[in-house]
Amino acid sequence: MRLEKCYFCSSTCYPGHGTMFVRNDSKTFRFCRSKCHKNFKMKRNPRKVRWTKAFRKAAGKEMTIDSTFQFEKRRNIPVRYDRDLMATTIKALKRSQEIKAKRERVFYKNRMSGNKLRQKTENQALVQKHIHMVDTPAIKNLPQVQKVAAKNKLMDVDMS
Amino acid sequence: MTSIYNFKKITPVPTGSDFLDIILSKTQRKTPTVIHANFAISRIRNFYMRKVKFTQENFDERLKGILDEFPKLDDIHPFYADLMNVLYDKDHYKLALGQMNTARHLIDQVGKDYVRLLKFGDSLYRCKQLKKAALGRMATIMRRQKDSLAYLEQVRQHLARLPSIDPNTRTLLVCGYPNVGKSSFMNKITRADVDVQPYAFTTKSLFVGHMDYKYLRWQVIDTPGILDHPLENRNTIEMQSITALAHLRCAVMYFIDLSERCGYSIKEQVSLFHSIKPLFVNKPVLLVVNKIDAMKIEDISAEDRVLLDNIVDNDKVEMLGMSCYTEEGVMNVKQTACDRLLQSRVDAKMKGHKINDILNKIHLTQPAPRDDNPRLPFIPAAAENRPKYDPKDPNRPKLERDLEAENGGAGVFNVDLKKRYLLEDPEWKYDVIPEIWQGKNVADFIDADIQEQLDELEREEERLEAEGYYKSEEEEMDSEDEALEATANAITEHNRLTRIEARLKTTKNRPTLPKTAMKRNVSEMSDHLESMGLDSTEARARSRGVKRARSASRGESIARTASMARPETSVVRDRTMSGVRNVKQKLESEKVRKLAQRTPNLFAKRGESDRAVQTKMPKHLFSNKRGNGKTDWR
Repeated sequence: MRLEKCYFCSSTCYPGHGTMFVRNDSKTFRFCRSKCHKNFKMKRNPRKVRWTKAFRKAAGKEMTIDSTFQFEKRRNIPVRYDRDLMATTIKALKRSQEIKAKRERVFYKNRMSGNKLRQKTENQALVQKHIHMVDTPAIKNLPQVQKVAAKNKLMDVDMS
Repeated sequence: MTSIYNFKKITPVPTGSDFLDIILSKTQRKTPTVIHANFAISRIRNFYMRKVKFTQENFDERLKGILDEFPKLDDIHPFYADLMNVLYDKDHYKLALGQMNTARHLIDQVGKDYVRLLKFGDSLYRCKQLKKAALGRMATIMRRQKDSLAYLEQVRQHLARLPSIDPNTRTLLVCGYPNVGKSSFMNKITRADVDVQPYAFTTKSLFVGHMDYKYLRWQVIDTPGILDHPLENRNTIEMQSITALAHLRCAVMYFIDLSERCGYSIKEQVSLFHSIKPLFVNKPVLLVVNKIDAMKIEDISAEDRVLLDNIVDNDKVEMLGMSCYTEEGVMNVKQTACDRLLQSRVDAKMKGHKINDILNKIHLTQPAPRDDNPRLPFIPAAAENRPKYDPKDPNRPKLERDLEAENGGAGVFNVDLKKRYLLEDPEWKYDVIPEIWQGKNVADFIDADIQEQLDELEREEERLEAEGYYKSEEEEMDSEDEALEATANAITEHNRLTRIEARLKTTKNRPTLPKTAMKRNVSEMSDHLESMGLDSTEARARSRGVKRARSASRGESIARTASMARPETSVVRDRTMSGVRNVKQKLESEKVRKLAQRTPNLFAKRGESDRAVQTKMPKHLFSNKRGNGKTDWR
């Protein structure tokens, strides 16, 4: 019994779940749900559909290069059972996944790092330009907002 | 085995009048039929030319079909050519086909001539007459072929019933005087069922039977009896035998009846053998003495014996006795004949020039011995010394079968598949191996040097930790940023709403209520003000103040109460009262109206005038959408 990956969205497919398509050249396609199957039948490329793992990896939204990926792969080399090896394997499995999760967190943080600053500058620009649109005095009269808006006026003066 | 000479597929030849009917009705069916005198003359000419041409082409096609399908005597195997000559007369046959050919050419010529004439036809009438003449002449030509067509049809029917003899295959040919037992022999050795009767010339034509010998298919041909007289005097029946003898490469089995019950003496039979002997050259010949149950070969008179011995000695003929009645010697005769024919065929092939091609294909390798050492099979000592398994021996090795019997027999006993596992520690044999851990296949992680990899990873992790890869300051939002974000959000929201409103304004296609008509109460207003961060108490107080002020002014003067207002006149008349005299009448009319509406309402009609018949079974409700759920619930 194996857990397969969905051909389309790369999610895990547990035994007894999803559907499998066997093409006439005997290549098999496992699908986690009918959504993925339908998308496949529509000949969509998983790399171009935004909600798939393939897209996220291709678009640099997820960690793709790391040494932790070396642990999980099909080796296709039969190994005779050994209790010690199995124990080590499970230990390595847990530890490698732990490290992987940690690194993924860092990756996400790095990816999102510039957002705050960008958002702030955008907000400032917006406020400066459109402060007159706010008809709620409670917001309009906040000293912070006033400060930002005032900058704009100064700039106007400079311009003229 | 299919014969290439199969005459069963020739299409029937229609009689003269049928032929004409077929062609003319086809012309009528397949060409246009409507023409008017006021059409352009070129169109009229084309119309009739097409008819003439079409008829001529059809005649041509049909006649050509006949000529192609009937076998040409020069092309087919001489046996068939001769047989057809005997049966249908070569001259007659050729003449009939020749006449077909001539007719074809004549019709072509007629068609060509009249098409040429039609080019100069100057009116519908003239053209029509020309066409009529053309078809008439074609029909006359065809009508003259009536007899030939009838003859060809006869020939076709007879040809279809001829036995399908393959002239090139292995063949045994049975011949002899009438009534000597040829057909009986045939029935004995083949699957054929030939009529056998106790009178001469029961068999009037060639018959074919098939049998198997040495995994080969053999064909046996039964011929009609032959009498001993010159070739010119032979009748059609005998001539068929002669044809078969003359042209088929076969083993000839000449049948002799020593008992003379057939009505012909031994001497006559022997003399027939000598007279048809020229036909036997290059063929294995067997002298079959039939009916030995009635007369043995040893019992015949000395002079007859001399005659037979003469044949055997001079002509290299083998003499065999048999009896179809007792079946004595039948198989022997058959086998001898087959063997001799096979031998002669092989000899003929060996003499032919193609033999080298065949021999080249056959090659048997015989490796030359390297030395004189004997090379015996090797059997390991353990295998040799192993005691033979004996189920009665109490010390026999235990089989799975024995274990099964000990542990409750079939259906109860469960085979232990793990007990022969080859592991480093036998204790591990029955370990439960985890397959899945948190959505991962454990098998994908198994690797012989997993420990090294893990150590490597840990080292890398330490290094990264030291480098400060995981360190990062948490970004905190200060109050200024928060306020800024809230303002920006408010602006965005305002923009969005304004945009929607503007869009609605441009596409206005509905009545609008004036703002004053919309009911707003004080609490709503105050809520709104408070949401904007304004103090609503003042506004509330104002509204309350106004109310109070009004109530204070309620003290009315007596003069005012005493005065009477002008009676109100309604601008809008009550239409329900129009046309009725009083309230009672109105109520009555309403009652009648309701009653009248009851039936249409029951059938969900819009009114009296609604006569629409709705779709009884709307497609969208009844078509089979069974992808999801049940039929009843979709």
